[in-house]
Amino acid sequence: MLEGLMIGLATAFSLTNILMVIGGCLIGTFIGMLPGLGPMSIIAIMIPVAITIGDPSAALILLAGVYYGAIFGGSTSSILINAPGVASTVATSFDGYPLARQGKAGKALTVAAIASFCGGTIGAILLMVFAPALASVALLFHSAEYFALMVVGLSAIAAFAGSGQVGKALLMTLLGLIMATVGEGALFNMPRFTMGVMDLQSGFGFITLAMAMFALPEALYLVLDPSRSSQGGDGNAIKDLRITRAEAKSIAPVIGRQSVQGFLIGVLPGAGATIASFLGYAVERNIAPKAEQAEFGKGSLKGLAAPESANNAACTGSFVPLLTLGIPGSGTTAILLGALIALNVTPGPRLMVDDPQIFWAVIISMYLGNLILLVLNLPLIPYIAKILTVPRTFLIPFILFFTLMGAYIGQNNATELLILVGLGLCATVLRFADYPLAPLLIGFILGSMLENNFARAMQLYDGLGFILERPMTMGLLALAVILVLLPSYRARRARLRAEGVADAD
Amino acid sequence: MALDRWIALVILMICLAYGYAAFFTMDAGLAPFMKRNPIWPSTFPKILSVLAVLTALTVLLGLEKGATEPKPMEINYRRLTEYKLGQALMLLALMVAYALLLRPFGFLLSTLAFLTIGSLILGERRLHILLPVAAIAAGLVWYLVQVVLGIFLSPWPAFMANGG
Repeated sequence: MLEGLMIGLATAFSLTNILMVIGGCLIGTFIGMLPGLGPMSIIAIMIPVAITIGDPSAALILLAGVYYGAIFGGSTSSILINAPGVASTVATSFDGYPLARQGKAGKALTVAAIASFCGGTIGAILLMVFAPALASVALLFHSAEYFALMVVGLSAIAAFAGSGQVGKALLMTLLGLIMATVGEGALFNMPRFTMGVMDLQSGFGFITLAMAMFALPEALYLVLDPSRSSQGGDGNAIKDLRITRAEAKSIAPVIGRQSVQGFLIGVLPGAGATIASFLGYAVERNIAPKAEQAEFGKGSLKGLAAPESANNAACTGSFVPLLTLGIPGSGTTAILLGALIALNVTPGPRLMVDDPQIFWAVIISMYLGNLILLVLNLPLIPYIAKILTVPRTFLIPFILFFTLMGAYIGQNNATELLILVGLGLCATVLRFADYPLAPLLIGFILGSMLENNFARAMQLYDGLGFILERPMTMGLLALAVILVLLPSYRARRARLRAEGVADAD
Repeated sequence: MALDRWIALVILMICLAYGYAAFFTMDAGLAPFMKRNPIWPSTFPKILSVLAVLTALTVLLGLEKGATEPKPMEINYRRLTEYKLGQALMLLALMVAYALLLRPFGFLLSTLAFLTIGSLILGERRLHILLPVAAIAAGLVWYLVQVVLGIFLSPWPAFMANGG
């Protein structure tokens, strides 16, 4: 491990890579602050840039920097104008915005930055411990287990990511898998389901799909409902960034607990930063003393520190399954996976053996990114926050334009833009009806890997025998079935109990 | 019937068509030696289509009942006309127009037009600010993509390009 750490330090501390972290954090903060552009959209827009860099470590460091920056920027906008750019910072606005209304915006931002820094750093330390251990276990896996593991991941995402309706989330996952089979795969030398359309020969572009699923619907929502981007703020200057010793003392245990809890939630596929932040907020409110409990929601520093440290630790945690198993647990890591594949790097247990410099450089860049956010971005926040005063009449056309450019640069093909608009419209309608969109994208990205592993296992065992012959595969597949069926079973039991039907336990 | 079940119906139709293709038409063109393979190009799609049809039916028939009440929606689609629907549709049309005109009109001109008309649709009337901002943005993005990223973007209308 020490050797790897040294390689990582040597790679991450080259001048280019330090500049990449700084640039990524600044770009991420800048764009992440805008309502309507979450980390997923920003990373999708940055992918063509990252791919042009060519060096996978540098590209991944840049994207990771953008990711942290975007999360930080999202918290800033939810504190200052109560407009969380991302779902995972919604909990931040519960206590952050009241603080800003009381004129303590500077203090709130400092607490948020310190909590994020600690959450991210503790998360990175845990990642350093967990990832190699998990990877060494994963090296024992065959294609059959990989297939089963991906099925488990996808079912977990469907079970946790949806808004309580597993059926809808599962349907979206399957739709994503179906979309992944369109075009010419690596496995079979024939195009499938292209309906004779030449532009579908190479399948759907994943950047196009990412833009269509997230950036475009969000922009359309901003257009439809102007109050979503309620802007202008209060115009009061951000001053007094300092916090007192007593305040630091009171939030320290909160940050410690939530960093660990957030990290563990982040490791689970499908759970991710949003659940971590809400759960962190709820847990801290419940264990706080009575007097402090009343303050939650009215500007409690603890209530601000809890979701902030939890969501940053969870973001770091979500790198564990990506780097060790090659299975993304969230939409954002799914997009990162797409970028890695485009750069000719296959994340998975072999990553640590074959390309240790990439793995360790990313971990080192996490420390570096967190540090930069704390010492470089925090003092700049009053100036960066000026971007929030850009009127929406300018903002929205630019968001749409960057969405279009992201898809166009990737493919250099005008038909791609029409596909983008069409899929974006479908995604907006799906969002109206409360269908979760992240499972679709994750299904799409995992689709070809899932099919390749399935095919390899089928070929090795000459049929479906691998399910019966490999106990681990069977166990994992059973787990996947339970994950999908459990929520509706529990809902059914809760309903029966509510109706007064006797329940035997 | 609520919108989510209409969507499930549409998805069901798509899955049925997909399944039909996977089960009945795809294997026709398969080379004989491929048929000895345990896995065919249509194997995985077959499994997917069966699972997807079953799931779509579950959602369509409302077999899964949530324990909780439906939460309030961010945008209520039943009252869509009360939102700025016109602006959204016009912007979508503008994006389609941009996609179609990007090649013939060249990047700089179409981007300038896209940003300007987009802002005008949203109610911006300060043309003296809007036009310079749009022009600078178009120029800057073209420079970044063409020179920094090295991806070719034809800047001028097609009739001005050489050889075209």
